[in-house]
Amino acid sequence: MDQPSLAGRFLDELRAIVGARHVVSHPEDLLVYEYDGSIDRRAPLAVILPASTQEVSRVLALAYREGVPVSGRGAGTGLSGGAIAAPGGIQIGFARMNRILEVDTVNRTATVEPGVVNLDLDMHAHKFGLRYAPDPSSQRACTLGGNIAENAGGPHCLAYGATTNHVLGLEVVLEDGAVVSLGSLARETPGYDLRGVFVGSEGTFGVTTRIVVRLLPLPETVKTFLGIFPDLDSACTAVSAIIGYGIIPAALEMIDALSIRAVQNVMDAGYPPDAGAVLLVELEGLREEVEDTSREVEAALWEGGAAQVQVAEAAEHRAKLWLGRKNAFGAFGSIAPNYFLVDGVVPRTKLTQVLRQVSEISQRYAMPIANVFHAGDGNLHPIMLFDERVPGALEKALAAGGEILRICVEAGGTLTGEHGVGLEKKEYMPLVYTPEDLAAMKLARDAFAPANRLNPGKIFPDGQDHPPSPHRAAPGLYA
Amino acid sequence: MSLNAGSGFTGVDAPSPADLSRCVHCGLCLSACPTYTTLGVETESPRGRIALMKAVQDGRVGITPRVVGHWEMCLQCRACEAVCPSGVPYGRMMAATRAQVRTQGRQSAMVKGAGRLLLRGALPHPRRLRLGAGLLRLYQRCGVQWLVRSSRVLRLLPGGLAQLEAALPALSRSFFGPSGETHRALGEKRLTVGLLSGCVMPLMQADTMRASVRVLILNGCDVVVPLGQGCCGALNQHSGDLEYARRMARRNIDVFLAAGVERIVTASAGCGASMKEYHELLQDDAEYAEKARRFSELTMDITELLVSLPFAAPTARLERRVTYQDPCHLAHAQRITAPPRAILQAIPGVELVEMEQASMCCGGAGIYSAVQPELSGQILERKLGFIAETGAEVVATANPGCMMQLEQGLRRKGSTARVCHVVDLLDEGYRGEE
Ligand SMILES: Cc1cc2nc3c(=O)[nH]c(=O)nc-3n(C[C@H](O)[C@H](O)[C@H](O)COP(=O)(O)OP(=O)(O)OC[C@H]3O[C@@H](n4cnc5c(N)ncnc54)[C@H](O)[C@@H]3O)c2cc1C
Ligand code: SF4
Ligand code: SF4
Repeated sequence: MDQPSLAGRFLDELRAIVGARHVVSHPEDLLVYEYDGSIDRRAPLAVILPASTQEVSRVLALAYREGVPVSGRGAGTGLSGGAIAAPGGIQIGFARMNRILEVDTVNRTATVEPGVVNLDLDMHAHKFGLRYAPDPSSQRACTLGGNIAENAGGPHCLAYGATTNHVLGLEVVLEDGAVVSLGSLARETPGYDLRGVFVGSEGTFGVTTRIVVRLLPLPETVKTFLGIFPDLDSACTAVSAIIGYGIIPAALEMIDALSIRAVQNVMDAGYPPDAGAVLLVELEGLREEVEDTSREVEAALWEGGAAQVQVAEAAEHRAKLWLGRKNAFGAFGSIAPNYFLVDGVVPRTKLTQVLRQVSEISQRYAMPIANVFHAGDGNLHPIMLFDERVPGALEKALAAGGEILRICVEAGGTLTGEHGVGLEKKEYMPLVYTPEDLAAMKLARDAFAPANRLNPGKIFPDGQDHPPSPHRAAPGLYA
Repeated sequence: MSLNAGSGFTGVDAPSPADLSRCVHCGLCLSACPTYTTLGVETESPRGRIALMKAVQDGRVGITPRVVGHWEMCLQCRACEAVCPSGVPYGRMMAATRAQVRTQGRQSAMVKGAGRLLLRGALPHPRRLRLGAGLLRLYQRCGVQWLVRSSRVLRLLPGGLAQLEAALPALSRSFFGPSGETHRALGEKRLTVGLLSGCVMPLMQADTMRASVRVLILNGCDVVVPLGQGCCGALNQHSGDLEYARRMARRNIDVFLAAGVERIVTASAGCGASMKEYHELLQDDAEYAEKARRFSELTMDITELLVSLPFAAPTARLERRVTYQDPCHLAHAQRITAPPRAILQAIPGVELVEMEQASMCCGGAGIYSAVQPELSGQILERKLGFIAETGAEVVATANPGCMMQLEQGLRRKGSTARVCHVVDLLDEGYRGEE
């Protein structure tokens, strides 16, 4: 596609499918499609905004014919570069496919288009006394299509499981434009569970155009505890104590001192500025059940060495505590212009040890590293804070992130809990998988996308590191 | 290392590199943005508009008509600012960006024209406004308007102006204005407050201004409407005419500080938001920086002040089904959402029914409805749908621009719902007691 006339003809055909207004192709406009929520950047050839499955199918068939790679784009909140276009590739954006098509209150399911925002679905379900449980911290903006691609998690996935546990059926368009259905409304599907392998395939298997999800009834009682600790170690001890009581809270989240500072810079979430760490613990269920478990949770928090324990039952108070947690990543903008976040998972018993090693890395690299994470399932989010305009800073952040991932794997954990591999972590895959493992994964992909036209260059190590940052490129690109 | 090598921004009134680098492009603001949720393209999103500012700053793109178009499409509703987890000060970044566009002569013709005609030519000049409004009142009352509306004249006007004509609400029967006299508190006096008269409110919503005075004196405030005050300059500031906005701010600061009031009150959310930020506007003005800070600290929205007093709940009943539209510059710029609702709920008989997305912009946004008629209309349409779902007979809000926009939209739809200010209802509640 390097001849401009070819590209021009291709774009005209795309315009004929979705309408000229829904093809973004001017280089100045594409500047706003070169990033997602993370550090990698590359502008697509064009962004196509279809309105229906048919349009998606025709766009894919056309791109297939022309040999143009395609990446899906939801809200672009991804944290592994998943939505970044392949060189010369186009993005299909789902901002116009954002309707909630149906809520079935009897079977407790919802049918939605992929561009529906996670929180919009949840709020809509509330009207029927139901909820959509997976709640990534980005839920205010991220889309169901993106959630499925990344198998997104969230604080409440500790009790309810990640996205894959809530997806019943999918309509998917394959790389050549064929439309297929995966899974079904029934719990058991005869034959292969293709829905299961599709969720978390990071947009490399197919493009999701319609989704059936499970809804759950809203809990009768919700209670949130804020445990305030002098340091990270004691908060980790409290996590072990809670698990030791055999309790699985609805959510169990850790916020360290640096993250508390970032959050409190922007809003008052009610976290004490001098705390070494806070734990957010949430219990949900029937009133008596919650009351019983409450006593044990409080005891565990004190046992861990809490300096103070607050209980929030009023919806407003709970919302404030949670808003702080959910805003944490963004709030780092108040401390440094850029963050690089890794998403390693470790066994809960290794939390204390691994966090100490992270702190050692932070000192060695002279780079602040914050920790705000899903403590209940050992899903760390060490966040390197830096300024990409300082020469070498980005490389340093990447190196520190790499070391941390290695430590996670050595501790018996893995590379990513919920943000996906994408561009960012593909070179680390050999840390957890043998060449045979990776070959098996490729076979699965080839079964769905033999020509590898969907989101190529992601997940599998290929020796091609991050695309160069335009901030380090020569200025005057389009001026 | 020079961070600004090749930057397309020049001079002092430019978005600061520190503000720009505070945006971590997380995307959490996308779903709050009326232009993004309506159009679905990221060029019309907060993150996209900031990315374009950064690209200009980094010298990756010039201030081209295309880039300017995306910035001009912004409502400056600041919904993105209110939800931003990083605390990105979007409002002042966009004002500074528009200052760059303006000083570099890159505005679109529509915006340039509107700026000259309205923002410099009319709003800052109370006498010109009054004269114009007087003529307009004549025009509206004596039947010529009917003639014009039913004739072909309107079709000859450019789209935006025709829309503006349609947006013209009936002017108040008698205007309101600064008098310099003190309206004495009834009962025990608690505070002396200075009331901003403003530019359009005394002409279009004089009744609301009078209601404001009444509810304040009924709640123990001496009310002064100091002579010599003018328009707050918010619209000039939004359009990037910072120099002129500063001039207007200085005048108000002089007048109100000299009046020796304990609070400066406004019934206009847009004015309140800009007055609370005079200290930012004048931070580099050696003579005024400190005074501006004092002025901003004294400024309160009328609903905020009433709740802080606290106000007395009316005792008579006012049976009304009411829905409340959050003005952007109250909810997002000033983060005031509870006080207006508390006032409505304190009026016996008022049933407050929340509409969906109450704090989503109505599309009015200052002169936006005139310069971006198409998108403004689409955004309004969605708002009217949410209002209709509530079945409310009264739509209460707290800003003159929103009142005009909603009024215009509801009339066009043939709705009988009434639009008013929160204090209008409170005032009616009190009057029911008489
Ligand atoms: C502040 C912040 C907090 C976050 N918190 C969490 C968290 O708690 N838990 C968590 O799991 N993640 C979290 N994330 C990461 C991110 O929000 C999730 O990965 C989310 O699922 C991405 O959704 P999106 O719509 O933004 O997708 P995008 O970023 O646009 O895309 C993500 C991937 O999905 C693909 N894709 C999108 N739509 C489709 C489609 N219709 N068909 C096929 N492929 C598609 C893209 O190609 C890409 O590979 C957070 C991100 C931010 C910025
Ligand atoms: S403005 Fe705020 S919410 Fe929006 S992308 Fe930037 S940091 Fe995120
Ligand atoms: S000010 Fe309003 S219209 Fe402008 S970017 Fe922010 S949310 Fe969108």
